[in-house]
Amino acid sequence: MARAPQRSPGLIKAPTGITGLDEITRGGLPQGRTTLIAGGPGSGKTILGLQALVHGATTQNEPGIFVAFEERADRIVSNAASFGWDLPALQRRKLFFLDAQPSPDLVHTGESDIHGLLAAIEARVRTMRAKRIVFDSLDILLTWLGDPTLVQREVGRLHDWLLESGLTAIVTARAPDQLASPSGVLQFLPFLVDCAVGLEHTVVTGVSQRNLRVMKYRGSGFAESAAPMIIGERGIEVAGDLPVRGPARASTARVSTGITDLDDMLSGGYHEGSSALITGSPGTAKTTLAGAFVQATCARGDRALFISFDSEPAEIVRNLASVNIRLTRHLREGRLLMESRSALSASAESQLLAIRRLLDTHRPAVLVIDPVSALSKQGNETTGFGVAERLIALAKSRGITVLCTSLLGDASPHGEGSRIHVSTIADTWIHLSYHVVAGERNRALTIVKSRGTAHSNQVREMTLGARGVRLADVYAAEGEVLMGALRAQREAEEQAKAVRRDAERARRAVQAERVGAELRARIASLQEELALRTAELELATAVDAAAEDVRRKDRRERVAARRPHHPRSEPPA
Amino acid sequence: MSPRPAALHLRLYIAGDSPNSQMAMQRLQAFCAQHCSVPPVIEVIDVLRAPAKALEDRVVLTPTLVRVQPAPTRRVVGNLAAEAALARALDLDG
Repeated sequence: MARAPQRSPGLIKAPTGITGLDEITRGGLPQGRTTLIAGGPGSGKTILGLQALVHGATTQNEPGIFVAFEERADRIVSNAASFGWDLPALQRRKLFFLDAQPSPDLVHTGESDIHGLLAAIEARVRTMRAKRIVFDSLDILLTWLGDPTLVQREVGRLHDWLLESGLTAIVTARAPDQLASPSGVLQFLPFLVDCAVGLEHTVVTGVSQRNLRVMKYRGSGFAESAAPMIIGERGIEVAGDLPVRGPARASTARVSTGITDLDDMLSGGYHEGSSALITGSPGTAKTTLAGAFVQATCARGDRALFISFDSEPAEIVRNLASVNIRLTRHLREGRLLMESRSALSASAESQLLAIRRLLDTHRPAVLVIDPVSALSKQGNETTGFGVAERLIALAKSRGITVLCTSLLGDASPHGEGSRIHVSTIADTWIHLSYHVVAGERNRALTIVKSRGTAHSNQVREMTLGARGVRLADVYAAEGEVLMGALRAQREAEEQAKAVRRDAERARRAVQAERVGAELRARIASLQEELALRTAELELATAVDAAAEDVRRKDRRERVAARRPHHPRSEPPA
Repeated sequence: MSPRPAALHLRLYIAGDSPNSQMAMQRLQAFCAQHCSVPPVIEVIDVLRAPAKALEDRVVLTPTLVRVQPAPTRRVVGNLAAEAALARALDLDG
């Protein structure tokens, strides 16, 4: 647990080491106080208590005592053997089981109390310096003491003793009959303890569903809603507060989709650390797109994790090889881990936790879930969405690029909408569909959305061949996209048209040339004419000017001749 | 009243002077005085002083009376208020 225990005055937390529970309780159970674990038979109370003890003994240097009221200690030890906790080794010094089952021949002759038990425990606590203790379960006091008022008195005694001892204690009790109802013998128990945790186990259409809920925690914050829980290979795991934030910084880097044409459509590929969703009916090549992505990832030297709910890895590898997607080498060299999981055998929660473990061990750059809709199978519809959402959030918080495929029930290209609505959290959504026209089924690819990417909105035809996956331009005719043979036919038509267009263009060019020449000739002649006219105009102007000169000179001479001082002038007649 | 086998050996686990423990002591003495022709061996173990012994003998509730002899071992839990049950448990009800 990366999170450090939260410290507030007087409240120190004792980590349980249980995945998720320490996150929900913000660090663990209250140290030196008592926690109640309530749950029905088989809900995991005993395992939870023991796991917290084992964690204290192995990692916190806090030896523990397990007071076994219900089950014999040797049975508890053998039941827990599969979790790999190595109890026999711990039992030498750090872990003590106190068998406290009532003997079958016990005869009651009046009131008794648990003084003897507490004295015995106290002695043991001192010799082994125990810091943690589990009482499993308190219901047994009812069998022993019979009288509800006595039970109340002895539980009070136990509580006082625990407070004084300073031990971090877990008491378990069956629920809800004794705890929830006001007449229940242990109904006061939740009020005594500092922290109360409820466990619930239900079976929905044959699939086991477990929940854990912190009901109270004095002086501490906690996640209040019920968290799914499993009893897995290493004990209890709780789907705690998975981070719902993305990574600290959104990457602008692109990772290739493995298909050149698709990279072009997405301006380079998927965003690194984003999530992509590929939806489509069965057989629309969703797995092929996923395989291409994985191959491209591994070819770069990055690691990839491929979770398949549909088929066996060998089958997928063989099928993808037929479209030139080669995964064998990456599998052999360990970059690619393919894991086949049965959607039917476990709840969505156990799937999530199993995938989380694989993320921890394999540390991939890319995660493929094929298909994510498997998480909503088998009565998991209600929790399925939460699981898919948390899985994507978890992967993104680690900077992993996620690609999920999802099956769509109806094959209509307009019936877009993933069964578990992952689309709302997918950054890129690619939809694959079949177009059946003129007796042919053709695959079409549409990018429905792609956050933060300039992407092509156009529908493309996807072709699968020995050379790989190609995306072809399609023709839109009267609002309909043409593919396959129709596309080929249209292509031929387009080609013939182009030839005709070329010939026409040539003819027009010749004609235009001729018209041009004619016009140019006319322009030339007009220009000549203009020049001629201009010259004529200039000549005329010059002649006029000369004539004017002559006239002026003439007039001046005549005026001078008429002046009076001219003696020779004669009187007018 | 026929004499009982002299081998009656009882062990009473008590927790200090807690009321139930003290009551059990008094009642056991009274019971034996009344029902036993031969005084039995009564061993009193205070679990507050000898907790390891209580742990070893798996005494959880106090007071606990154990018939050590004759076999088989019998356990009686409580302050011995129910005399009839005690008599039955010790085979002294005949």
